[in-house]
Order: sequence, then structure tokens, then C-alpha cells
Amino acid sequence: MNHLLLTVMARLLAPFILMFALYVQFHGDFGPGGGFQAGVIFASAIILYALVNNVNAAEKVMPMSWLKVFASLGVLIYGGVGVVAMLLGGNFLEYNVLAHDPVHGQHYGILLVELGVGLTVFSVMVIIFYSFTRLGEEQLVIPEEEGDPEKREAE
Amino acid sequence: MLTLIDIVLLFFLSVTAIAVIRLSDLFASVMLFGIYSLLSAAIFVSLDAVDVAFTEAAVGAGISTILALSTLALTSRHEKKSDHTPLLPVIVCFLVGSALVYGTFDMPKFGDPNAPVHQHVAPHYLEKSGEEIDVPNVVTSVLASYRGFDTFGETVVVFTAAVGVLLLLSGRPRRRKDKESENEERENKTGGAAE
Repeated sequence: MNHLLLTVMARLLAPFILMFALYVQFHGDFGPGGGFQAGVIFASAIILYALVNNVNAAEKVMPMSWLKVFASLGVLIYGGVGVVAMLLGGNFLEYNVLAHDPVHGQHYGILLVELGVGLTVFSVMVIIFYSFTRLGEEQLVIPEEEGDPEKREAE
Repeated sequence: MLTLIDIVLLFFLSVTAIAVIRLSDLFASVMLFGIYSLLSAAIFVSLDAVDVAFTEAAVGAGISTILALSTLALTSRHEKKSDHTPLLPVIVCFLVGSALVYGTFDMPKFGDPNAPVHQHVAPHYLEKSGEEIDVPNVVTSVLASYRGFDTFGETVVVFTAAVGVLLLLSGRPRRRKDKESENEERENKTGGAAE
């Protein structure tokens, strides 16, 4: 798996994909996009890196332990915004009470909630990819191990 | 012009769908599913649903193709031939399909302003979103604010998917090692008995 062109191009593209994901994340209020799409695009940059190098290289950039924290953190941020709104005297996820001006409250609420969605979607996509790929690598190794006893028997 | 584009896109969509059914090479099927998603994304753009098209292109054509390919790497590349005749599934598909088509006759016409979906809360969202939320993209204000509870549910569903995958897949290697060690022990025992 030494495709020089693919490796160089993927490394070149990865920062731009990450940048575009952040643009989609924070520009979702003004154009098409939002947390879900941004999370998926962010994940695709990591997956691209894992495809041209290998999963271990990608895990150095984005370890599994971080991803588990991020996935939970996203849901926590989303739910937390709702609970904070309740503590400030509103209903669950009623952003109007988050700031003095209800419209500003809505802006803060939407920004935070989209951040939570983006974090969770990104980490879940990469977690699923890592798990599947790791399982595949283990299965690829096992037939060789099973092959050895047969050779020994033949000998 | 727009009708022509729609017809061409729908034609390619059905060609892709038929090709997916006919192929037994699952690798090619997965790639065709990616094309199918991209074509649906183009149809969503022509329906002015840019946000949905964006999601479809990113999730359907991007991530799910990769996930399906990594699943194929774990199983086999070719479809197994089924033993039974396809007669019963064809009849079931035909009956369900014709029932669904019959159901669409009662649905309001596409883009009908008097359709129930455009009468309920949609006018409020479209008219008041500017004052109440002041976000240029109404889709975002509906998703994140008016329908924030639904989106919270969706986020939790995505999170649950990761929890499920981790629980199912991360426990497996250890169990396999156990089986291997069990097999080795058995082999040793039988070997010892034979000796």
C-alpha cells in the first residue's frame, strides 16, 4: 500500500477538508450546513488520512479515547444547554432565556447546540470506522495463524 | 429546462437501482449506491432543498459508502446465490408497491400551498423566524430552535449507534482468543490421549 500520489494528495487535502468542515459548522446559520454535515466532513478528513496511511497513524492524530469523550461531550453540551435554560427559568431548550435579549439567546443556543451535534456526529462516524477497520485487520491476521498448523501437519 | 433535468436524473436513478439489483458483485453495488446517493442529492438541489442535498451527499455518498466497504472487507465480496425462487418476494414487492402508489393518489399535489403540511406550523416558522430567531437560514432555525427537541433525539440516536458498535465489536477479539486457547487446550488433551 505505497501509493505516493494518493498519500501526498490526501495529506495536502486534509487541512482544507478540516477547514471546510469548520466553515460548514459555523456558517450553518447563514447558508446550507450545520452540525451534522460539518461532523461528517470533519470525520471524512480523518478517515481519508486513515485510508492512505493506516488506522494506527490516524489514531495518533485522533485517539479512540478522545473520540469516546467527544461523543459523550457533544450530547452533554446539547442536553446541558437545555438544562441551563431550565435553570434560568425557561423550558427545556428554550434559548430565549440564555441572554438578556431573547434573539441573542437564540443565537447562543443555536451555536452551542450545533457544536454539540457536530462533535457527536464526528466522533461517532470515526468510532464506527475505527471499530470496523480494527476488526478487519484482526480477521486478516487470523487466517495466517490458522494456516501455520496445517503447514506443520504437512511437514 | 428543470423538468428535463429532473427526468434525466430520475432516469439515471432508476438505471442505477436496477443495476444494483442485477449485480452480484457487492463491491460494485456499494459504489453504485454511492452514485445513487449523489444523484438523489442532485434531485434535492433541483427541489431547492440544499441542506438535505448537502447531508445526502456527505452521509449517503461519502461516509456510508466507506462504512459499507469496510463491512465488505469483513465479509465476502460476492453475493451468495439464494436457493429459493424469487417469486414470493416479487409478488410482495408488487403488492406493497401498488398499495403505496394507490396511496399517493390521495396526497396533495407537489408544491400545493393548501397542503396540510403548509397550513400547520410552517407559516409561523417562515414568517416569524426573522424576528424571533434572526438567523438567515430558516432550516437551521427550525432544526436547532423550533424543533430543538427532535434534533436532541437525533443526536442521542447517533450516540447510541456508537455505543452499540463499541459494545458489539470491542468485546469480540477477546472472546476469539478464548476460543483459540480453548481449542488449543482441546487439541493438547486429544493429542495427549492419543499418545
